[in-house]
Amino acid sequence: MEEFSFANQLFQYLITGLTVGSVYAMVAIGFNIIYNVTEIINLAQGEFVMLGGLIMVFLHAVAGLPLILAFPITVILVTLVGMLLDRLAIRPIRQPSVLTLIIATIAASIIIKGTAMFIWGKDPFDLPAFSGRTPINFLGAVIQPQYFWVIGFLIVTVILLTLFFEKTIIGKAMSACADNPDAASLMGINVKWMILLSFSLSAAIGAVAGITVTPISLMEYDRGAMLAIKGFGAVVLGGLGSFPGAILGGLILGTIESFGAGLISSGYKDAFALIVLLAVLFFRPSGLLGSVEISKIKRF
Amino acid sequence: MRMKKLLIVATCFLFIGIVVGPALAADTYKVGAVFSVTGRASFLGDPEKKTALMVADEINKAGGINGKKLELIIYDDEGDATKSTLAVKKLINQDKVCAILGPSLSGLSIAVVPIAQQSEIPLVSAAASYKIVTDEKTGKQYKWVFKVPQSDSMAAEAIYSHMKKEGITKIAIITGTTGFGKSGRSELLRLAPQYGITILADESYGPRDTDMTAQLTKIKGVAPQAIVNWSIGPTQVTVLRNYRDLGMTNIVFYQSHGFGSKKNIELAAGAAEGVYTPLGACATPDALPANHPQKKVAVEYNKNYTGKYNEPVSTFGGHAWDALNLVVDALKAVGCDRAKIRDYLENKKGFAGQHGVFNFSANDHNGLVWQDAFNMIVVKNGDWAMAD
Amino acid sequence: MLRIRKLPIIGFALFIIVFPWIAGTIPAIGNYPDLMIFAGIYCLITIGLSLLMGYAGQISLGQAAFYGIGAYVSAILTVHFGLSPWFCMVIGMLIASAVAVLVGVPSLKLRGHYLAMATLAFGIIVFIVFNEEIEWTGGPDGISGIPGLSLFGFEFDTVLKYYYLVWFLVFAAFIFTINVIQSRSGRALRAIHISEAASSAMGVNVSRFKIMVFVYSAILASLAGSLYAHYLNFINPSTFDLFFSIKLLIMIALGGMHEVWGAIVGAFLVTFLSFEWLHFFEEFEVIVYGIILLLVTIFLPHGLVGIPGIVKGWFRR
Repeated sequence: MEEFSFANQLFQYLITGLTVGSVYAMVAIGFNIIYNVTEIINLAQGEFVMLGGLIMVFLHAVAGLPLILAFPITVILVTLVGMLLDRLAIRPIRQPSVLTLIIATIAASIIIKGTAMFIWGKDPFDLPAFSGRTPINFLGAVIQPQYFWVIGFLIVTVILLTLFFEKTIIGKAMSACADNPDAASLMGINVKWMILLSFSLSAAIGAVAGITVTPISLMEYDRGAMLAIKGFGAVVLGGLGSFPGAILGGLILGTIESFGAGLISSGYKDAFALIVLLAVLFFRPSGLLGSVEISKIKRF
Repeated sequence: MRMKKLLIVATCFLFIGIVVGPALAADTYKVGAVFSVTGRASFLGDPEKKTALMVADEINKAGGINGKKLELIIYDDEGDATKSTLAVKKLINQDKVCAILGPSLSGLSIAVVPIAQQSEIPLVSAAASYKIVTDEKTGKQYKWVFKVPQSDSMAAEAIYSHMKKEGITKIAIITGTTGFGKSGRSELLRLAPQYGITILADESYGPRDTDMTAQLTKIKGVAPQAIVNWSIGPTQVTVLRNYRDLGMTNIVFYQSHGFGSKKNIELAAGAAEGVYTPLGACATPDALPANHPQKKVAVEYNKNYTGKYNEPVSTFGGHAWDALNLVVDALKAVGCDRAKIRDYLENKKGFAGQHGVFNFSANDHNGLVWQDAFNMIVVKNGDWAMAD
Repeated sequence: MLRIRKLPIIGFALFIIVFPWIAGTIPAIGNYPDLMIFAGIYCLITIGLSLLMGYAGQISLGQAAFYGIGAYVSAILTVHFGLSPWFCMVIGMLIASAVAVLVGVPSLKLRGHYLAMATLAFGIIVFIVFNEEIEWTGGPDGISGIPGLSLFGFEFDTVLKYYYLVWFLVFAAFIFTINVIQSRSGRALRAIHISEAASSAMGVNVSRFKIMVFVYSAILASLAGSLYAHYLNFINPSTFDLFFSIKLLIMIALGGMHEVWGAIVGAFLVTFLSFEWLHFFEEFEVIVYGIILLLVTIFLPHGLVGIPGIVKGWFRR
């Protein structure tokens, strides 16, 4: 048996943690986009990830569409679901308080999950890895090629979003809504459209996360809730509304879980991540990179 | 004002209760079942429900039992103890069934044992724990409770005795944090010394985890001769895939009997090749030798199930097959008399089911021995084959 | 809204008292008293949660943990140590309130979603402990053989007896809560909900009030957990998972968050929907449940207890 040193193990934990963390980070970014415009935590965010994975399986592995086609079609379909979510569950609410809006997203997630169970059944599905399954040896750690795709898509998503929010008119308008919806509305920005856009964007990002993680972890209809909770944890850890915070939060949670499982106790690995989260919140009530000032003007 | 509200609420309750109330059925044998059809344990309850419905359908098409139709009342407990208890009570008090199949989960079965005992109704559980049928205080079998799945200790013994034959002494175990995994873990830990086996690493993972590389990395670090992976659901396959990706295939890999569905071989995408797993006959009908006592029932069940539902058989469905057919045999012999059904089941011998040849007795309400109930199977060319 | 009328409470009490006798005569709803026991147990939790959320404006997604603490303390102490169930019930409430102070002091400084996540995390951690500490909790297979309750030789061993015990406690909690709401403290709570800064300026000790309500809700949840354990004689961790916390939130939202009545109506509705009425839809059950929840959220922003107000509005037009 080849030498497998402790240092190699640590490096392996780090790589695994960053990959899992990237998925959490993508979910967290999705949370943030909607939160910034609406102050809602969209608890159906995990369902977008699940739908992304399962629709991709259907288009690519079952219907046989090539990856390059199936990928964008899946993202578009999930984006449509995101739009429907806004139109059917969020916008009709007459007296929106943050809590009723959250309950509406819970209801939506129940409906999406139930429908997915009806369409795909309860079994897990597999998706072929994008560039084969031959693992790469790097510094003694073993890396699946799919890991690079997950981390890579996180980076691409972050770059595209930065460009969108900094360079385009719509993106700037969305940021304006986030800062002050009333003022934005006075400036002629259609806040309703911005909300729709925020749901579409975060659905699309959720779909990307689902598509890239399915070759690693398989996907089944009820995976969404757990991912939503991890993403929620990540976004709170990093600070609500902060995009760098979401990424940092996701990567930290993933890494703690991985090191916790490897070095201490795998049964308690989720608990470690949450204890760290609580400890951070008790000392920094607005998360690592969240701004105290902003959190004060937010209703929620 | 509020009085009116109250009245409306009250009438709604009554109205809906009456409308949704069960229809009366005449001249049938009623058998109740509580399975976890949806929720966290749907991989158990879903095939169980499908199997039970199929078996009942076949029986009724062939003229029923003694000229009476078999009426199956199935409730879904969603893996929840409260629902499962309420369902069992409803089957006893309202539906007035002759016998009850299920629940699917060990914990939930243990929870309803006192109810079956008190109401004096035969209950044939589809869950594994020996605690379902054995009163730990007295060591005796509960009078009214039976179970058809093999105990987890049997699977552990099957795995360990195979290891002994192969000369394996140093192993790592990795188990799920669900009831199935935890129970397997404690049996593996308990029986290891008897087989001269040392457990070098004892890892676990949650039922919704994304990646188990960290746990396997730790196992790789302690360099065992073999790994036992004990859980159910998709995560056990993820473990297998991570194991392959980490280049650990020089370590012998054992799966628990929770691996018994061909879907898992497919999902493993080649990583299952050479993996050992102890399985009941129904999972591997084609691999059984022609003279195997269960060959006929296993082949037939697989053919009918795949034909009807267009999906491969899962070993858990086989438990419903065993439970229902046992009860049907009892109904044929003694009719709908709860006490006589119980006596019949306790004295049932030589029943060739999907998971072994059952020989019940007053001291054994499971009726199985592991040498009989499990065959050691190896995955060869993407299919099951008998090991050695 | 501030004045609580006595008549509806008396009417409701009468309904609860006679209900089992009516249900006993109609076979189709013969199991309803059994369901009502669970509805009552959930009412205990939602009454506390409604005070916390609807009145003090603090969200908790970890209430299942206190429910679980009550159940597990009762189960462990009675099964492993053979202590008296009533004594264990009190110990459970004490432990739950200690935990509530420990968790509440740092958590209740958090706001909005941060508080939601903190309580959620707390709930998940407690669940993991229930699941992992097999030696004490039995792990996922749970604890069985939990004794039933009895008082001075009187055994609460039938559905009917337990039904009246549970509902007696629900009414006690209900009336106590209503008195709290009408008292000075109640006004302080509502002030906190509207504006923490303003109420603090008015001399309300905001953090003390928040902790007190949190502890009160934990005590009620713990009591509910003990009652659950002694009735079912069995507990396992999945009863106390975070989805139950979300279910409690749904009960409050469906019933109506701004009135204690809402907590009761919501607990009833969710109990009967999920244990009985939706069976009919089989595999579609979940979808129907989600649709009902969504429709209520959209059309009844004040929950089911808002219906009379809406109907009144129609007549005025």
